[in-house]
Amino acid sequence: MKILKLATLLIAFALPAQAEIDIQTVTSPGGITAWLVTEPDIPFTALEIRFRGGTSLDAPGKRGAVNLMAALIEEGTGDLDSVGFARARDSLAASYSFSADQDSVSVSARFLSENRDQAIDLLRRALTEPSFDPAAIDRVRGQVLAGLRQDAKDPGTLASQRLRAMAYGDHPYATTGDGTIESVSDLTREDMVAAHQASIARDRIYVAAAGDITAEDLGPLLDTLLGGLPASGAPLPPRAPMALTGGITVQEFPGPQATVLFAHEGIKRDDPDFFAASILNEILGGGRFSARLMTEVRDRRGLTYGIGSYLIGYDQAELLMGQFSSANATVGQAIEVIRDEWRKIATEGVSEAELEQTKTYLTGNYPLRFDGNGPIASMLVGMQMIGLDPDYPLTRNAKVEAVTMADVKRVAATLFREADLRFVVVGQPEGVTATD
Amino acid sequence: MLRCTLALFLMAAPALAEEVTTFALDNGLEVVVIEDHRAPVVTQMVWYRTGAADEAPGKSGIAHFLEHLMFKGTDTLAPGEFSATVEAQGGDDNAFTSWDYTAYFQRVAADRLDLMMQLESDRMRNLNILEDDIITERAVLIEERKQRTDSSPAALLQEQMRAAQFLNHPYRIPIIGWLHEMEALDREDALDHYKRFYAPNNAILVVAGDVTPDAVRAMAETHYGPLAPSDAITDRLRPAEPPQIAERRITLTDPRVSEPYVLRTYLAPERDPGDQEQAAALTLLAELLGGSGQTSLFAQGLQFGADPVAVYASAYYSGTAVDDGTFGLVVVPMPGVDLATAEAAMDDIIADFIETGPDADDLARIKTQIRASEIYARDNVDGLARRYGEALAVGLSVQDVQDWPAVLEAVTAEQIVEAARQVLNRDRAVTGWLMPEAEAAE
Repeated sequence: MKILKLATLLIAFALPAQAEIDIQTVTSPGGITAWLVTEPDIPFTALEIRFRGGTSLDAPGKRGAVNLMAALIEEGTGDLDSVGFARARDSLAASYSFSADQDSVSVSARFLSENRDQAIDLLRRALTEPSFDPAAIDRVRGQVLAGLRQDAKDPGTLASQRLRAMAYGDHPYATTGDGTIESVSDLTREDMVAAHQASIARDRIYVAAAGDITAEDLGPLLDTLLGGLPASGAPLPPRAPMALTGGITVQEFPGPQATVLFAHEGIKRDDPDFFAASILNEILGGGRFSARLMTEVRDRRGLTYGIGSYLIGYDQAELLMGQFSSANATVGQAIEVIRDEWRKIATEGVSEAELEQTKTYLTGNYPLRFDGNGPIASMLVGMQMIGLDPDYPLTRNAKVEAVTMADVKRVAATLFREADLRFVVVGQPEGVTATD
Repeated sequence: MLRCTLALFLMAAPALAEEVTTFALDNGLEVVVIEDHRAPVVTQMVWYRTGAADEAPGKSGIAHFLEHLMFKGTDTLAPGEFSATVEAQGGDDNAFTSWDYTAYFQRVAADRLDLMMQLESDRMRNLNILEDDIITERAVLIEERKQRTDSSPAALLQEQMRAAQFLNHPYRIPIIGWLHEMEALDREDALDHYKRFYAPNNAILVVAGDVTPDAVRAMAETHYGPLAPSDAITDRLRPAEPPQIAERRITLTDPRVSEPYVLRTYLAPERDPGDQEQAAALTLLAELLGGSGQTSLFAQGLQFGADPVAVYASAYYSGTAVDDGTFGLVVVPMPGVDLATAEAAMDDIIADFIETGPDADDLARIKTQIRASEIYARDNVDGLARRYGEALAVGLSVQDVQDWPAVLEAVTAEQIVEAARQVLNRDRAVTGWLMPEAEAAE
């Protein structure tokens, strides 16, 4: 046990670490704001842009339009067709990726310092004037449809779709933003133009950059790149209802294992108890090997390869959700273990040692995330989306440290509600009875 | 405009981007230090030159099983205490197993490196496995196999194709193991593999991040230096593959398949120390054939045009291995296009390519991207650590790693055509068709 003593000693000497990161806020002459970390060591820049709304802005009957539109941004602009655009981008050795989820359209770019202006100009043309060429629409639509057909035979996706449908009523969150075979098959070029106008606009934009670029250069670049976008887009969706109830849903699917999602309502990101909830979730279902669910379901009983739980914060809804897979014969036992752990943490809370160890892990781990221009830009834009201040990386660990045992006990009693847990089981579970 | 762009950018390969120092300890442990002082973070990796292709006959899965058991405790550390100690430092740790190597890593604040070395060096020689750990961990591994392989028709097809591709070489064995052999693996099997292969003279230590070579050397001498080398470490001479003289074909039907597809793998040479030219040519060949969804030959020939054959097509090759591996192709046909038609269209493109060779602009553009990738790679020091660790674990040298971009740069169109001619031969290939049951019944 010599080693354990040494570890404890080091903790005693370690001050709560902070992320050593200097975030500047840059506002362009045209009024677009970005967060910036200048890091000139490597001659490239990572740029992350988000447009709030995403696939939740699909027009009625046009499910999947924003998703398909985002996939088409890289398929040509002006006199460049799909191939011409790809050749121009690859000749610059730049990379751009475009995607959409239920809360945003994302643009991720990285480009070399030596041809930054050309790379930004090409990105501007794609983002502001995408061609939506009919041949490209059909080709990319074919890929989306293939993905949808695969989803219909993927147990994890099936479980997720069942859970959404049960939780969110008639809100866009109730269905996948990828759309359905029918809705995607019917999408037209006009729908792409409309989805572009609805979802990509200056009134919903968030930008972060990290790398070899100064504030002086970033400001004008923002106007060049984004100034030509429309001022406003479609209204953002309302708050989602939470209709999830406790119980077990079973969906038959062939295979040796059952895939399980389990969830109930979570906690808002700006709730004063959010940090206590984060610590509790880390203790119960964190990805670490010593988390309670990993210990009880995997290490002690060998019922699964991996299990975790997550506090999910969408723009308009919150979930506390977990997932695992287990053999059809043992999945029922695993569900009972999870229920026990849910009751136990709600009624008994956690030990002093668990609380301290988890705080040490969370505070020590936080600075490790800021390790590269790409990860930094991505985190910075995410922070803006959830309404944090630029000094958050410097204050976040103090907020974790400030959580007391009394906070944790109080929050555990309300956050973990075993009776409200909905298990969605996709497989051929033995001895598991659906409650609905 | 395109040619002008090509002429302007990155005509010179960037100077060796990363700061790399190498040395060896007296007990044979090779050490690679990659400096990146941008953030106060360090990654320690220990790579063992052993993997699934080095397992005793009938013990498939034991290399990976041992990897799991390495977290179960040592003479001085209780089961689970290893990861708990890393986590108590705010660090993350994990491990992975391949055919040619098994690697363990931790990511922590840079001032915690000494403790990480203390932990990692301890389990290099002092592992202690309890019978109870064997039983539950074996159950975990069987769940892992069910989740990753048995629940996935695509994974099952690849497993079958690999077993067909290699008649004699142990690359035929799945890393996770065959289920019937996994079920019988025991404590003695794990300890046999451990004692046979885990020693400083069969390992590479890679330390990457906010560290200096001198400090790493001092710590490594303290913690790894006292470990005795093993005299059981020998050259990795595995059963060699006999010449493949006839095409092999597999059709796997499974109701869980939604998109049928064709998968083809050819036996292909790997990167050899000091001799990486053919592997470099194959790397560029994979890029030209299937590296882009817009500009590659597969994209243009199969996915574009008035009457496209495929929804998706790609080519892949990784030459970082001890022995000959594979060069792979995949085509997912459009709905209504049968697999035979898709496969024939794919073979036509290959035949055309061997006839006409690569387009000069295409090749130049790919080389531009490869040069730039050396710049982008510096943003991810963990990726660099893996690059060096993997290469050294399969017998390449630091010099081979550092030469690789220039070797890629020097590849000519003729060399690529020649590599295609030699490797893309169906007599040396396995072709797999993945289908839903309904179609197979027709």
